[in-house]
Amino acid sequence: MGEFLTDNIKTQEYFLNMGPQHPATHGVLRLLLQLNGEIVENIDMDLGYVHRSIEKMCEHDTYQQIIHLTDRLDYLSSHMNNEAVALAVEKGLGIEVPDRVKVIRTMMSELTRFASHALWYGVNAMDIGAITPFMYGFRERELINDIMEETCGARLTMNYNKVGGVRYDLHPNFQKKVKDFIKHARKKLPDYDAVLSNNIIFKKRMKNVGFIDKDNAVLYGLSGPTARGSGVSCDVRKVHPYSAYDRVQFNEITFTEGDSYARYRVRIREMWESLSILEQLVDNIPEGDYKVKTKAVLKLPEGSYYQKVESARGEFGVHILSRGDKLPYRVKFRSPNFANLSALNKMAKGVKIADVVAILSSIDIVVPDIDR
Amino acid sequence: MIILSNFSNIHQWLLGLIQNAVATRVVELTIIALAYLAAFALIGLLLVLAERRIAAFFQLRLGPNRVGPWGLFQTVADALKLVSKELTGTVKADKFLYGLAPYFVIITALVSMSIIPFSKEVQVFDINIGIFFFISVSSLGVIGIFLAGWSSNNKYSLIGGMRTGIQMVSYELSVGMVVVTMVILSGTLQLSQIVALQQHTWFIFQGHVSAIIAFMVMMIASTAETNRTPFDLVEAESELGAGFHTEYSGMNFAYFFLSEFMNMFLSASIIVVLFFGGWLSPFGITAGIPFMGLFWFILKVSVVIFIFMWFRWTFPRLRIDQILTLEWKYLLPINMVNIVLMAALVWLGLTF
Amino acid sequence: MSYLSDITGGIKSLLGGMTVTGKYFFINFFTRKEVITEEYPDNMDTLKMYDRFRGEVVMWHNENNEHKCTGCSSCERACPNGAIEIIWKKEVNPETGKAKRAIDKHIYHLGMCTMCGLCIEACPTDAIEWGQDFHHTTYDRTQLTKVLNKPGSKVISGTKE
Ligand code: SF4
Ligand code: SF4
Repeated sequence: MGEFLTDNIKTQEYFLNMGPQHPATHGVLRLLLQLNGEIVENIDMDLGYVHRSIEKMCEHDTYQQIIHLTDRLDYLSSHMNNEAVALAVEKGLGIEVPDRVKVIRTMMSELTRFASHALWYGVNAMDIGAITPFMYGFRERELINDIMEETCGARLTMNYNKVGGVRYDLHPNFQKKVKDFIKHARKKLPDYDAVLSNNIIFKKRMKNVGFIDKDNAVLYGLSGPTARGSGVSCDVRKVHPYSAYDRVQFNEITFTEGDSYARYRVRIREMWESLSILEQLVDNIPEGDYKVKTKAVLKLPEGSYYQKVESARGEFGVHILSRGDKLPYRVKFRSPNFANLSALNKMAKGVKIADVVAILSSIDIVVPDIDR
Repeated sequence: MIILSNFSNIHQWLLGLIQNAVATRVVELTIIALAYLAAFALIGLLLVLAERRIAAFFQLRLGPNRVGPWGLFQTVADALKLVSKELTGTVKADKFLYGLAPYFVIITALVSMSIIPFSKEVQVFDINIGIFFFISVSSLGVIGIFLAGWSSNNKYSLIGGMRTGIQMVSYELSVGMVVVTMVILSGTLQLSQIVALQQHTWFIFQGHVSAIIAFMVMMIASTAETNRTPFDLVEAESELGAGFHTEYSGMNFAYFFLSEFMNMFLSASIIVVLFFGGWLSPFGITAGIPFMGLFWFILKVSVVIFIFMWFRWTFPRLRIDQILTLEWKYLLPINMVNIVLMAALVWLGLTF
Repeated sequence: MSYLSDITGGIKSLLGGMTVTGKYFFINFFTRKEVITEEYPDNMDTLKMYDRFRGEVVMWHNENNEHKCTGCSSCERACPNGAIEIIWKKEVNPETGKAKRAIDKHIYHLGMCTMCGLCIEACPTDAIEWGQDFHHTTYDRTQLTKVLNKPGSKVISGTKE
């Protein structure tokens, strides 16, 4: 019978277009799945649907203006992106920012990271098919957004950093609100585990799926939680501390399993770490200026400047090439998502269609950051 | 075979009016059919609304509360919208099958509803192989879903349809075996009889261990049969768009949608009949009052449906191979052991 | 044996999840305490945005219909998106009889604005500031182009660049 089938029935590869408009690709990303039944043989990634040529735009903008463009890269870690540019320019100009600025930046980064991970938690749950945790994630994120809105004036594209400091001083309510938030989050985070992390179905869906080992993780240039799930120690906050990260205690979370569940757990644990960082800083915000005065026209001395920060998704780097003008000669962003996504094919070979969705959400991509 | 015991005075009245036995029957049947259709639509609309409100409370939201008091007319408005929408389809779809598929699904749901004993008085079709009839008819619904997936000429739909075939065929087995287990206990296939036998103790208590296992298996299998989370990978909106009904719009879509909820209602009804004494009141507290059976039936079904919804709004979705593992490696062996266990219990007289 | 412990462990984990979701359901069903959404158009009257909220750029006017914008174009230059245009006019000073440049229109293209705030920072006289209104939807794109200085308004005398 088997022979009869293989001899007389012609089979052909089955291509399935996932995206550019697809609920699982979180934006306009197109995956061309080559299928054998339900099994994925190969994935072709087609990028560029939200390419806005931000790097090119940067060449026409002054250094102050560049910062707000980086909000639009990885919009869920906009503060870290802003910070990277600000730090790079400050490095070039030799500006030493006050301690207060450093602490504010660190706190904002951690808040952003928590918000990003909370959103990811919800979206990940939704990709796996559980819709209720989505709202749990948003509940925590909403509080952070409120804090952001009160201090920075916007919820998502904060544009709070500027060269030499931050745009406004902290709002008087900030400390109280952050404390309330920490209390709230500590109460609510166990829910996350009960609903999803411990759930047998969820574990079955995530464990041993999308495996990538340590060597390959390094090879593909993975960073952030995606790499740390494979045991690569790559937390920029630890390895190359910037802002106030050298004065707080926190653990770099790494798991060695290298599967989707490990990446999931890295992020959940990172949320706890973020809370502890916030807790250490919230009562110790130094007095002082929230910005240093800079010239109206900034001219970076000739040379190239690189600064990397740990965004919610990995290592975000800014490379500025200056010819001594008030405009940069070339700006290059090293976006974590691009590198992370490149490993998808490696992770997803031979899995089921449903697993592609799970793996994709465990990488936690933000498409505008990939296309730029 | 149509029971209209308490309605016999209506029958008499109609007969007096029309003076022709055959015509009376026809009129009667038409009235019943219309009543059932109306009930069908009403139950469907209410269930959709209930689902949305309940989902909202699970998800820290409020849910639809704009149209009418407490949003009661929300689904009516939605239905009106769907009726007025254009029926679209893909160009290369197999037009005939594409049009036929939704009717398959909705008609099987309607037909299976006829045997449900809503109360002692309200049951249209009390056939003596009732539960068997239910299983055979409701398993026809899968053909509709399969056709829809295949004829849409859409890859997502096709995958959804394929998954349906696999899933429904597997889980039908579990439902069937649970029914066999309970039939061993009851000794009859007729639904009214099954209910009547639970006059003193519900089957879930009569069959204790075995019945509880059967009940749990039945809950899982019914969830799978009705394609609800965690077994909703037929639709799997995060993977396949809307699965088999991706290409349907307007009323055709509404049929699928409605029948999904009706199937949930039917599964819940069967569970209530098999395990919780159908329309019987607990401890017979309202035994004498007519039509209280209807109230108890609806109440029990609502509780079971609520549990279905609780499942749906808590659990993630399984993967296709895990669904099969669950069925063939867990539910089926458990079921087989359970049948033997139940037989032993009945044989040794250990049932209450 | 692991077969059975699989089953019991699995069921236990599922029940754990159901306890949490069920808890929220019953709290919300009876008290609506854990509901986190807002009934937006209904709470329009009580909805107050934070002071710093960046809704749109507006120009401050006093009761005599005077503003502080001298028309220096700093904001125009600072804007990364070209969302601001300053249009000049010749104004004859009635006392001296000399013609002088003065601001005619401060045109703000809301549709091109990314709410970055650079213009507001650049303004030497603090003539423009953030407005908290966020109801910007219109049926026509041209309505998104606004003239910030009100018709007939003047510069508060003595405002220096
Ligand atoms: S806020 Fe930014 S984009 Fe908007 S007008 Fe001002 S400078 Fe231009
Ligand atoms: S708003 Fe301010 S910066 Fe812009 S033209 Fe007027 S005074 Fe100059």
